[in-house]
Amino acid sequence: MYWNQPIETMEAEHMSALQLQRLQELVERVYRQVPYYRSRLQEAGMLPEDIRTLDDLRKIPFTYKQDMRDNYPYGLFAVPSSEIVRIHASSGTTGKPTVVGYTKRDIGIWSEVMARSLAGGGVTKQSVVQVAYGYGLFTGGLGAHYGAELLGASVIPISSGNTARQIMLMKDFGTTAIACTPSYALYVAETMREMGISPQDIKLKVGIFGAEPWSENMRQQIQQQLGILALDIYGLSEIIGPGVACECQAQDGLHINEDHFYPEIINPLTGEIMPEGEKGELVLTTLTKEGMPMLRYRTRDLTLLTRKTCACGRTLVRMGKVLGRSDDMLIIRGVNVFPSQVESVLLNMGEVSPHYQLIVEREGKLDTLTVLVEVTENMFTDEVRGLEALEHKIKQELANVLNVTATVRLVGAKTIERSEGKAKRVIDKRKI
Amino acid sequence: MIIQQISVFVENKPGTLAEVLDVLKAHSINLRAITVADTADFGILRMIVNNPGEAEGILRQAGFTVKITPVLCIVLEDTPGNLHQKVQHLSAAGINIEYMYAFSGMGTQEARVVLKVDDLTRAEGLFN
Repeated sequence: MYWNQPIETMEAEHMSALQLQRLQELVERVYRQVPYYRSRLQEAGMLPEDIRTLDDLRKIPFTYKQDMRDNYPYGLFAVPSSEIVRIHASSGTTGKPTVVGYTKRDIGIWSEVMARSLAGGGVTKQSVVQVAYGYGLFTGGLGAHYGAELLGASVIPISSGNTARQIMLMKDFGTTAIACTPSYALYVAETMREMGISPQDIKLKVGIFGAEPWSENMRQQIQQQLGILALDIYGLSEIIGPGVACECQAQDGLHINEDHFYPEIINPLTGEIMPEGEKGELVLTTLTKEGMPMLRYRTRDLTLLTRKTCACGRTLVRMGKVLGRSDDMLIIRGVNVFPSQVESVLLNMGEVSPHYQLIVEREGKLDTLTVLVEVTENMFTDEVRGLEALEHKIKQELANVLNVTATVRLVGAKTIERSEGKAKRVIDKRKI
Repeated sequence: MIIQQISVFVENKPGTLAEVLDVLKAHSINLRAITVADTADFGILRMIVNNPGEAEGILRQAGFTVKITPVLCIVLEDTPGNLHQKVQHLSAAGINIEYMYAFSGMGTQEARVVLKVDDLTRAEGLFN
């Protein structure tokens, strides 16, 4: 099922022409309106009119997450604040979040690409869509919500959490599609079993799962346990949120909405463009976004692209499942966490040592984060109460910055394993 | 009198106490008293030793997180109600006891009580 057949099945030649035209307009626009991009283009000795072919894009310097931090909060916006109708944010690499702004038209584009994604999974006007992503600054909830509404489906904006209630509504309201993280889907399945509800008791047909990496094995588990089709959706708030790309019912790669988001795969070390089919880092350019356009944004997600025809008939380029990261970002219960955020929290607290380690585990179906902090003499008090208060304070500060709850454990000095003199910051025990 | 107590941060797992004791043994440090305050994850090992200055140095060198805490040490006669009397002294003066533990004096009938109090100097004054 298509939402926008002319675009989704457009011939490659026409798509390239559309992309080039949009790219030229984009570069012209940001050159005029965003001082940051103007100076970057000038440094590269480029003028907007130097973009004559799509290949000319590779002359433009990359944009990094750090650039968003350096221009925090609104420095990369390309329109006056009166034109911004929505602001979302996600984790930055240190204390400050990365902020994105949308114009009315951007929200329209986002809804459009989400509607395409849902339609590709078989969602229609008749569907009942339960949005179990978190609503708020996180883009998951509202992204899925707007897309499903545009499609004309009935939306249940339940947000995340309270699983027993989710299942009750799913049963009573006749939910046919769910949008949430894949690990939460498994948790829902498990809770259903505990409640004595079988997949036959509910009408769920499809799940659109994203915001964290998941394996083929996990897909099989979700499909079996819930009796549904489990589809992978990809997105990131810096680009727009969910809906950058999504699997169709063929489950053979995620179709990138390339009329809006132009993808490149590069070698993360050299920045060179990789040939089609080879693994590398995904770089995205927002061809149409007004509020905060991105030129060659380094997603840090590792994947590959293919233009081979898909069984569904869509001609949109496909990306493989995300295979990992080219940086140290972790995704815990759908929330992005950087070890450097933990470090900045500890350093800001003054008395705490910067010797820490993150341990990520999957208990049952949900991820847990434990932060080990070495006790140094300036934080050591002779009283249990003092140390417990410190533990509690670290926990609070971490929750404020990370937006996930972490268990804090104080450990002996020099007990965190150092490899080649450098502490090993992350132990990820999850088998995804 | 005021004496120096050694406090060491220890994780709540097998072997940590043995490690500390091993260091002390290697340097012939004699233990007079030892007690552990514990939580689920960690504990604070508190010790009275014959040479606190040296013990602090060698434990730190061995990689432990160590602190010297001045505490009050009082001598009790071996009669009923003796501790009660001393403690009442402190409470009457509004001095709070954070924690305490007892050990016996070497070759005597006397017991010794170590007290961590919130006003050490005033507490000491009460027993002079």
